[in-house]
Amino acid sequence: MLPLLRHARYVLSENPVTGLAFGLFALFLIAALFGPVLAPYNPLQSNAAMALKPPSAAHWFGTDQLGRDIFSRVLVATRLDLTIAFASVILAFMLGALSGVAAGYFGGWTDRIVGRLADTIMAFPLFVLAMGIVAALGNEVINIVIATAIINFPLYARVARAEANVRRDAGFVEAARLSGNGEARVLLGHVLPNIMPIMMVQMSLTMGYAILNAAGLSFIGLGVRPPAAEWGIMVAEGANFIQSGEWWIALFPGATLMLAVFCFNLLGDGLRDIIDPRMRT
Amino acid sequence: MLNLLLSRLATAIPSIVGVVIVTFMLTRLLPGDPAAYFAGLAASPQAIAEIRTKLGLDKSLPEQFVGYIGDLLQGNLGNSLSTGQPVVAEIATRLPASAELTLFALIVAVAIAIPLGVLAAVKQGTWIDHLCRIVTTAGVSLPVFFTGLLFAYVFYYLLQWAPAPTGRLDVFMSPPTHITGFYLIDSALTGNLETLWGALRQLALPAISMAIFSLAPLARMTRGSMLAVLGSDFIRTARASGLSPRTVIFTYAFRNAVLPVITTLGMVFSFLLGANVLVETVFAWPGIGLYAVNALITSDYAPVQGFVLTMAILYVALNLAIDFVYGLVDPRVRLDS
Amino acid sequence: MTAVPALSVPALSVENLSVEFRTRSGVVKVLEHVGFSVDKGETVALVGESGSGKSVTAFAVMGILDAAGKVTSGRALFGGTDLLALSEHDLAEQRGRELSMIFQNPRTALNPIRRVGRQIADVLVRHGGATRNDAPRAAIEMLKRVRIPDPERRAEAYPFELSGGMCQRIMIAIALACRPALLIADEPTTGLDVTTQAVIMDLIGELAGEAGMATIFITHDLALAAEYCDRIVVMHAGHIVEAAPGRDLFAHPRHPYSAKLLAATPGETVALEDLASIPGGLPDLRRSDLPACRYSDRCERRLEQCIQPLPQHTVGERHVVACWNPL
Repeated sequence: MLPLLRHARYVLSENPVTGLAFGLFALFLIAALFGPVLAPYNPLQSNAAMALKPPSAAHWFGTDQLGRDIFSRVLVATRLDLTIAFASVILAFMLGALSGVAAGYFGGWTDRIVGRLADTIMAFPLFVLAMGIVAALGNEVINIVIATAIINFPLYARVARAEANVRRDAGFVEAARLSGNGEARVLLGHVLPNIMPIMMVQMSLTMGYAILNAAGLSFIGLGVRPPAAEWGIMVAEGANFIQSGEWWIALFPGATLMLAVFCFNLLGDGLRDIIDPRMRT
Repeated sequence: MLNLLLSRLATAIPSIVGVVIVTFMLTRLLPGDPAAYFAGLAASPQAIAEIRTKLGLDKSLPEQFVGYIGDLLQGNLGNSLSTGQPVVAEIATRLPASAELTLFALIVAVAIAIPLGVLAAVKQGTWIDHLCRIVTTAGVSLPVFFTGLLFAYVFYYLLQWAPAPTGRLDVFMSPPTHITGFYLIDSALTGNLETLWGALRQLALPAISMAIFSLAPLARMTRGSMLAVLGSDFIRTARASGLSPRTVIFTYAFRNAVLPVITTLGMVFSFLLGANVLVETVFAWPGIGLYAVNALITSDYAPVQGFVLTMAILYVALNLAIDFVYGLVDPRVRLDS
Repeated sequence: MTAVPALSVPALSVENLSVEFRTRSGVVKVLEHVGFSVDKGETVALVGESGSGKSVTAFAVMGILDAAGKVTSGRALFGGTDLLALSEHDLAEQRGRELSMIFQNPRTALNPIRRVGRQIADVLVRHGGATRNDAPRAAIEMLKRVRIPDPERRAEAYPFELSGGMCQRIMIAIALACRPALLIADEPTTGLDVTTQAVIMDLIGELAGEAGMATIFITHDLALAAEYCDRIVVMHAGHIVEAAPGRDLFAHPRHPYSAKLLAATPGETVALEDLASIPGGLPDLRRSDLPACRYSDRCERRLEQCIQPLPQHTVGERHVVACWNPL
C-alpha cells in the first residue's frame, strides 16, 4: 500500500492537473452528497415574479422561465447525474467484467457467445442504440441506467477478457486451482480481484462518457422528466431561450456538465498513470 | 481485390443478422401491450385489437420474427402515427440532410485533426504539441449539444455572423434541382452559386459543432500513431540513408501512420451518428435524427424503430467501407487474403 | 570532397567521442573518450557486451542518435570534415551517399508498405545516382549486385513477402546503392540462421573489396569478428579498452576484459566445457562516482593506480590497450 501511495504522490507532483482533477472530484462529491442541504433555494419552487432574471447577488446563476433558482437546481442536479452515471458504470462493470472474465478464462463457447453479444452491440452507433433501448423499455430514469450500461458492456467485456486470458496460466491461478478450488471459485475469488485495479481505471475513464450519454438522452426528452433537476434537461429547457438572449439558463448547467466530464476524464487518466502507466496511449 | 471485397462482406453478415434481431427485440420489448403503443395513446380497445391483428402481434414470437423479416425485405417499416405516412418514405426524404451534415462534419474534422496530429508528433514539445494535447483532452469532454448551443448563441445571436438555425436553407431560398439530395453537390452541379453559398452558410454551425466533437479521437490517434511510427526501425533506416525530411515524414512515416487512423474512423462514425441526433435537435436540421426525436416526444414508435434500424444498417455499411479502404491501402492485408 | 591519398589518411577517424543520455533517473555517460580509426578498404570490428555502447558510437557518427542523446565532445573526421560539426542538412547529404549503415532485424528496418525496389530507387534518386526514370532499372541492377534471384519480380515485392536473409540483402542494396566510402554494419547477421549469416558476411566482404570500401562491423560475437575482420576494437561500458589486428588480439590479449571475452567465446581453441563467464556485470552508468576505469570494480588485476585516468599504451603493431596493468 505504501509504495502505491508514494507512486501516487510522484504522479501527482509530475502532473498538477491530475491533482486539480482530484480536488474537483471532491467538490462534485460534496455537491452530490449535500446538495439539497447546501442549496440556497428550493430547486423545485417556482416564483413567476422572478422568472428569467439574469445572474445577480441573490441568484448567482439567475432564474429560469418558472422563476426557479438555477444555482440550486444545478447543485441538486449533481446528485441525479452522478448517481445515474455511477449506477450505469457499476452495472456495465458487473455484466461486462463477469462475462469477460468467464470468456477469457474458459474460452470455447463462452468466449464465442460473449464475443457475439459484444459485437452485436458494437454494430450499432452507441447513442442510437441507447435511444432505442430507452424508447423500448419506457421513459424512466432506470432505463437510462440500463441503456448506458448495455452500450458500455462491450468495452468492459473486452478488457476483462484480455486480462483474464493473460492470467489464465499465471502462477497464482495455478496455485489456487491446485489448492482444490473449483473453477468458479478461482474465477471469482482470485482472477476477478486481481484485475480490479485495471477495471477501476476503465470505470473512471468511462464515467465521463456515461455522464455525457445520460445528459444527451435527457436533452432529447428521454428518461428524466420535468420538473426534475438534471443538467441535460436544464440545457434543453434553456435552449428555447438562447435565441432571445437569456443565455444563463442553458450556460450554467452546460458548463457544470462539461466540468464534471472533464474532471472524470482527468481523474481516469491520473488513475491510469498511477496504476498502470503502460496503458498510456 | 474482389477477394477482399467478398471477405469483408462476409464479416458484415453476422453484424446485419445481429442488428435485425436486436431491432426486432426492441419492438417487442415494450412494457405492456405493444399493440397499445403502436395504436397510440388515445386509441380505443377496439382500435388496439385491430392494430394487433394487423401487425400480427397476436401470433407467436417466431412467427412474428419471420413476418418482421418479410416486412423488412419489402421495405415496410410501418407507418407514422402522426402523419400516417410510411416510415421508410419519410426516412428516405430526410436521409440526405443527415448524410450531408455528417459527411461535411467528418471532412472538416479530418482536415483539421490529421495535420494537427502530424505536426504535434513531428514538433514534439512545441506549442502545437500542447495545443493538440489540449484539443484532445478537452474535446472528449465537450457535450456536443452544449457546444452547438454555445455556437448558436455566440455566432448567431451575439455576432450575427451565422444565419438563424432554421434548417438547410434560408426560408426565402428554394432548394436546388434534386440530383443527389445533397444541397452542396446539387447546387454546384447546376451552377447555382447563390444556393450553394446559402446552403453552406446554414451548414456551417451544425457541421462545426459536430466536427469539434470528433476532432479529439482523430487528432489523438494521428499524433500517437505518428509518434510510434517516427520511432520505428524503418524510419531510422530512412534517415540513415539520407532521405530528405519531407520524404521521411510524408512518404515513409505518414503513410504508415495513417493506417490505425483509418481503423479509428469506425469509432468516430459511431460518435458522429449519435452526435447527429443531438445537433439536428439543436439546429432544427430536417434530418432523420430530428425525425426520431420528434417521434419520441409524440410517443410515435414506428419511426423511432425505423430510425434505429436505418442508422444501424448505415453504420454496418460504413464499417464495411472503412475495412475495404484499409485493405486497399495496406498491402499486408490485401495480399494475405 | 577532395581526393586523399590512400593509406595515409584513414577513411574515418573518431577522436575523443563522448556521448550523454538524459533519462528520467539522471544523466548517463554512455560513451567516454572513444577513439579509433578505420582505413580505406579495412574491416574493423567493434565488439563488446550488450550495453557497451557499440551501436551508440555508430549512431553518433551517423548523426541519428535518439533525441535524448547528446554528443558532449569529440570529432569524427570523415573525408576531411568533422561529421559531428555538420548541420543536419549537410549530414543528410553525406548519409546514404558517402557513408551508409545497415541494421539488425532487416524486416523491421524496411518500410513495410513500400515495394523494396522503390525503397532502393528512393536513395538513388535522392543522392543523384539516377534520374526518376532510370531509378527502377538501376534498383534492379543493385538487386543483381546483391545476388537476389529473379530481381525484376523481387523488386515489386514487399518486405513481408521476403525472408530475413533476402531483406538483409535489400538493406545492403539500399546502403551500397550510391557506392559509399564507409559502411557501418550494426549486427547485420543477428537473428539470421548460420548459413545465411555466412552468406551475408561474404557478400558484404566481397562488395567492400570491389569498391575499396571501409567497413565497421558491430557485433557481440567475437568469433564472427575474428573470421571476417582485419582489426578488432573491444569496448566495455562506453570505453575502448583494446584495439588490435584480429590475430594479435586472439594470440595475445592485453586487457583483462579482452582475455575474459576470449575465454567466453566458443571456438577452435576453447572447448564448450571450458567456457568461463565474466564475473560481475556492467557498472551502473548513472552513478556520478564512476571510476576512471569502468572495469576496475570487477577486475582481479586492479592496482592502486587504476583510479587515475586511463592511459593509451601501444603494445605492438597497431595494438593499443587502455590499462595500467595489462597482461
